[in-house]
Amino acid sequence: MATAHGGTSAGTSQTKRPRRAHGPATPSRTPAAAHDLDLLRRMLLIRRFEERCVELYSAATIRGFVHLYIGEEAVAVGVHQALDEADAVVSTYREHGHALARGIPPEAVMAEMYGRTTGCSHGRGGSMHLFDADRRFYGGNAIVGGGLPLAAGLALADRLRGEPRVTCCFFGDGAFAEGEFHETANLAALWGLPVLFVCENNLYAMGTALAREHAQTDLAMRAASYGMAAWAVDGMDVHAVEKATRGAVESVRAGNGPHFLEMRTYRFRAHSMYDPDRYRPKGEIEEWKRHDPVTGLADGMRAAGLLDAAALEDLEHQVAEEIDHAVRAAERAPEEPAEDLLLHVTGRHEEARA
Amino acid sequence: MSTRTRPRAHPDDDTTTYREALREGLREALASDDRVFLMGEDVGRYGGCFGVSLGLLEEFGPDRVRDTPLSESAFVGAGIGAALAGMRPVVEIMTVNFSLLALDQILNNAATLRHMSGGQLGVPLVIRMTTGAGRQLAAQHSHSLEGWYAHIPGLRVLAPATIDDARHVLSAALDDPDPVLLFEHGSLYNAAGTLDPAVQQVDLDRAAVRREGTDVTVVAYGGCVSKALEAAEELAGEGISAEVVDLRTLRPLDDATFVGSVRRTHRAVVVDEGWRSGSLSAEIESRICEQAFFELDAPVERVCSAEVPIPYARRLEEAALPQPAGIAAAARRVVS
Ligand SMILES: Cc1ncc(C[n+]2csc(CCOP(=O)(O)OP(=O)(O)O)c2C)c(N)n1
Repeated sequence: MATAHGGTSAGTSQTKRPRRAHGPATPSRTPAAAHDLDLLRRMLLIRRFEERCVELYSAATIRGFVHLYIGEEAVAVGVHQALDEADAVVSTYREHGHALARGIPPEAVMAEMYGRTTGCSHGRGGSMHLFDADRRFYGGNAIVGGGLPLAAGLALADRLRGEPRVTCCFFGDGAFAEGEFHETANLAALWGLPVLFVCENNLYAMGTALAREHAQTDLAMRAASYGMAAWAVDGMDVHAVEKATRGAVESVRAGNGPHFLEMRTYRFRAHSMYDPDRYRPKGEIEEWKRHDPVTGLADGMRAAGLLDAAALEDLEHQVAEEIDHAVRAAERAPEEPAEDLLLHVTGRHEEARA
Repeated sequence: MSTRTRPRAHPDDDTTTYREALREGLREALASDDRVFLMGEDVGRYGGCFGVSLGLLEEFGPDRVRDTPLSESAFVGAGIGAALAGMRPVVEIMTVNFSLLALDQILNNAATLRHMSGGQLGVPLVIRMTTGAGRQLAAQHSHSLEGWYAHIPGLRVLAPATIDDARHVLSAALDDPDPVLLFEHGSLYNAAGTLDPAVQQVDLDRAAVRREGTDVTVVAYGGCVSKALEAAEELAGEGISAEVVDLRTLRPLDDATFVGSVRRTHRAVVVDEGWRSGSLSAEIESRICEQAFFELDAPVERVCSAEVPIPYARRLEEAALPQPAGIAAAARRVVS
């Protein structure tokens, strides 16, 4: 845990993204309280969505590689507080949390897991390849490090057109060892590109612990060697993530080139649904669960008198309904017809069919 | 087509080299569309490692003619990202051998994103690179791997073999909503000819019949087209009339043109600078057999590179590559 609770000021509680109305009365209606409740709702949505994915996977309803984000929710939610709609996001195969935080509707994400035509990638992508062009969500990349160069290019396009936008890319501590990270970091810093590198250091690349994959485990320090601002953040604390990201995004937008945030976080579940999880020391998961970002925020709010049992129950209820709705919609959604197999291979085929 | 292959362009006549034709295409693209920019190792101050982009930095500035670090994966991937964001990047990779360091980006991102995203994201990117042997550069600078790229759905693979095609290939490539790979054969840069001013664009979707003939169809592409034409000339002296088809596009293949030609001549020789095993030539032969088997009067012959990393020594390199004599010999075998 690198930093203490970052805290949040009333000024940071206004996000540009339209919000859904909250039904239940909250014990306190100050902007800060409403903001915290919103953070909690977003993190809960991701947590419960993925717990439902576990059930659906166990029932063999959804298949493929499914990588859960449980434990890391504070990163996606905190980072997205600092991003605008016009910014771009590049993600990985562990991207349910990023996609939901970006505002891709749970129905579209769930339908994609079902391989349905209403899925956000029309059933071509599945869990690992969620896309939403309108929301500038550029995947969903299952090659470790493979999305990073794209982020440099998206940012380069913004730079060439004078657009004050930021491209945020998520990747893991494993990806940090790939040449693509180092090539991209060098390129982005060399050209002063508006890229925010968000490294989700959850201490493992599949079964390989940080110290067994990196000669020097201080990732922020190594990123800084490229000449960009870089620091480590307590990734289990959504307020700390939000605060750090706001600072970094502001600086990127002001033209100070790329920034790097090492989010120190942890995944509570196995690497993927296939993983027997034999490589972590006993008790380590339990130890980290004491820093659970979701219950941590809820507990903090309760202690500050911002949340009571009834309000939390209401929130859980809303989230459960949203997910139920997504599952029902996915179940009813049509499958892509096999005649459409060759669609979306090239743009010219599509023109020919249209 | 009035292209003649000569060792050097003479600055005082009206000939254009393949290199200059490519440069003219680049200049036109940069001048006519703000979204176009060129990026790659040494494309700017150095002028392009084969001199194609010489002078363009001075004309268009460092934002649009952008020198990159030696980071094939990052700058090809950055081209993909910029294309996703609506730009029209032209990325130069020095040679196809080095493109392997960016293969992940080309295959797993450029070729794949449209499909994985359910049609939401196109990648209108052009990647130019040199291919081929013949200049004694030894194995790591001489391979012909365009056939590998032609294997990949989602890509379009072009191999301009003439001055006119070189001049107009870029505008055709930039019009494509998908990633296009341009393979420029290293031995063609100095080839010179007269541009036909009447030609303002070329249909690169169609293979081109470069020489008409009635006895045998020789299918070739890129650097082997001129060798096939040379062989045809030699055969003509012996009374054998060879038709030479230049594929131009390696993916998607224009079967109609080469199969149509074989239906007329009833015999075929396929020339490919790639290795024979698992090569593009195998695909072409297979399509001829699938579509015109009963029209064939002889088994299809293939002339490919020897199954060896391309050697340095002149005599060995020549022996490793398809040569006019070998093409002519194959043609004689199928017509006999
Ligand atoms: C280039 C590449 N190599 C290997 C893999 C297999 N693989 C998938 S995830 C993973 C671990 C990545 O760890 P990290 O980047 O830390 O991300 P995390 O899974 O922890 O979020 C590996 C090795 C892959 N998908 N791509």
